[in-house]
Amino acid sequence: MKHHDRGLKHFSLSVIWLWLIVFALLPFCLVTLASFASHDDTHLLKLPLTLANYWQLNNAIYVKIFKQSFYIAGTCTLICLLLGYPFAYAIARMKHRFKGLLILFIIIPFWTSSLIRTYSMITMLKPKGIISSALMWSGIISKPLPLLFTDTAVMIGLVYNLLPFMVLPLLTNIERLDNRLIDAARDLGANRITTFRKIILPLTMPGILSGCILVFLPAMTIFYIPDLLGGSKSILLGNLIQNQFLIAQNWPLGSAISVVFTLLLAILLLIYWRSTRDKENRDLL
Amino acid sequence: MTNNIIELRGVSKSIHNHSILHGINLEVRNGEFLTLLGPSGCGKTTLLRLISGFEDPTTGSIYINGKDVNGLPPHLRHVHTVFQSYALFPHMTVYENVAFGLRCQKLPKAEIESRVSEALRTVKLEKFANRKPDQLSGGQQQRVAIARAVVNRPLVLLLDEPLSSLDYRLRKTMQIELKQLQRKLGITFIFVTHDQEEALSMSDRVVVMHEGCIEQVGTPRQVYEAPQNLTVAQFIGEANIFDSEILAVDGKQLTVDIQGKKREIKSNGTFLAGQKVHILVRPEDLRVWGQAEVTDSSDMYPGVVEEVIYKGTTVDLMVRLANNQLVAATEFFDEDDEKLEYSIGEPVWATWLSGWEVILPHEAS
Repeated sequence: MKHHDRGLKHFSLSVIWLWLIVFALLPFCLVTLASFASHDDTHLLKLPLTLANYWQLNNAIYVKIFKQSFYIAGTCTLICLLLGYPFAYAIARMKHRFKGLLILFIIIPFWTSSLIRTYSMITMLKPKGIISSALMWSGIISKPLPLLFTDTAVMIGLVYNLLPFMVLPLLTNIERLDNRLIDAARDLGANRITTFRKIILPLTMPGILSGCILVFLPAMTIFYIPDLLGGSKSILLGNLIQNQFLIAQNWPLGSAISVVFTLLLAILLLIYWRSTRDKENRDLL
Repeated sequence: MTNNIIELRGVSKSIHNHSILHGINLEVRNGEFLTLLGPSGCGKTTLLRLISGFEDPTTGSIYINGKDVNGLPPHLRHVHTVFQSYALFPHMTVYENVAFGLRCQKLPKAEIESRVSEALRTVKLEKFANRKPDQLSGGQQQRVAIARAVVNRPLVLLLDEPLSSLDYRLRKTMQIELKQLQRKLGITFIFVTHDQEEALSMSDRVVVMHEGCIEQVGTPRQVYEAPQNLTVAQFIGEANIFDSEILAVDGKQLTVDIQGKKREIKSNGTFLAGQKVHILVRPEDLRVWGQAEVTDSSDMYPGVVEEVIYKGTTVDLMVRLANNQLVAATEFFDEDDEKLEYSIGEPVWATWLSGWEVILPHEAS
């Protein structure tokens, strides 16, 4: 019996490893390899290997796109966190039977393709769309609001699409939070703010972290949202990579951008892990 | 000024029109170890939460140190709670856990340091100050929880089933430790448990609760030896209950009929001839004799041994009496009865020493 269990464990672990190697590690190696290749009109990739693609990135326009992408993704993550945390907290603390229903409402949008939902947002955001009309009808604005093809529209689209990725990890984390800890904090004289700052926030930090990662990463690369809602004005990293591959047919440069992007994110995560580990050590002293 | 640190007057609690506690009157004496004992769902934890201030009573008042605490938040009541499974903050060290309450009061750093060290010394954990709770054993976590509460110098410490998650042996050790700690600190302890053995061995007084009411308040000896009703008698320890009727009353001397045999019983209660009563006999008071050992069976009840359980210091018997009632008897090894050998199916005589029984008015079951 025990032997059988162990066999199953090994089997499922190897499936996961195989999956990661075939679909994550191998493609990344291929992209890295491609980033060192050269290309011409007849070959997408060809020898000799070169560092030229990386040198090309040291260009004000690319640096600007990198910065802008980080800025937009960061803002989007922050908005998602500020909206998602109270939302997740309220649902998680609910004892009501509507709780399941509310969680279902978060999940339902996943049943439709994100691309289709983004198209439908165009109809809501356009000057004669639902939002603009409603605002005009209520007398808040007097002429149609040109929301579509602005940075605001891109931000609305990003937040709308990525909010569930913030809410769901937070929800599971907050649900696991032991109510007695909050009682204990109250018993010891902590007010609401102290309880939140000293108890709830540190204990839900894993949820916050995974939520932020799940929102930040796609926000950088989800190219069709800036494409559809931002028009040609906003170009993000995702669009840049997509353009290099599909329009400029410059696979090596696209690959180089991808590699630099991945490395930057890896460094960011590393810094984050380091800082939390250091903080723990400091707390111990 | 009375000597009561806590008084509850006419306290009741309903949640969603469902009555959880009704008509609770209770006085807690300063410095005592009081236990709230009852089966799960009897309202003992709710009572504790009313005292601690996590919930407000629907009716009635609670006085702590002579002051009506209605509406006062938990931390202003000078009572602190040791929660079930301790509720230690997992992301903080032992030191930070204990210092939490003092830091909330914004005390000077030096005072916090000295008081936390003192509290940790009291529970013998000064070497573990920098550990996280998950690096401690169950018993150590328990002691951190106590230190975290007593460091705030409460008038009363409330303990909500603090030993229930420990294994049997550790529980025994912690019972003694808790009792010693309570004597050392001189703080009133209100201890909630569903374990009657724990309640009897630790408390100065026991409050027996059942279905939202207090059934009896008394010393462990009182609630065990002189239970006020069947509920208390059945919850605290085991009891054999004989249905009976009073034949005659002569002052304190009662003549009762038990399964067709007359017995003389002394009682301080007021009973009338013809009244139906319950006669309660603890298993350790019930004596079982083999056929050969008995010459006069006038106050003995015939039965057949149905089960023999050897327990080392005692032998527990289950005896089926002639009227089909099953009774439990615990026989001790002593000089009269060194062998205590019974076999299943053996016909025996069961009896008890007059005066060791408890007589209670009949209750419809």
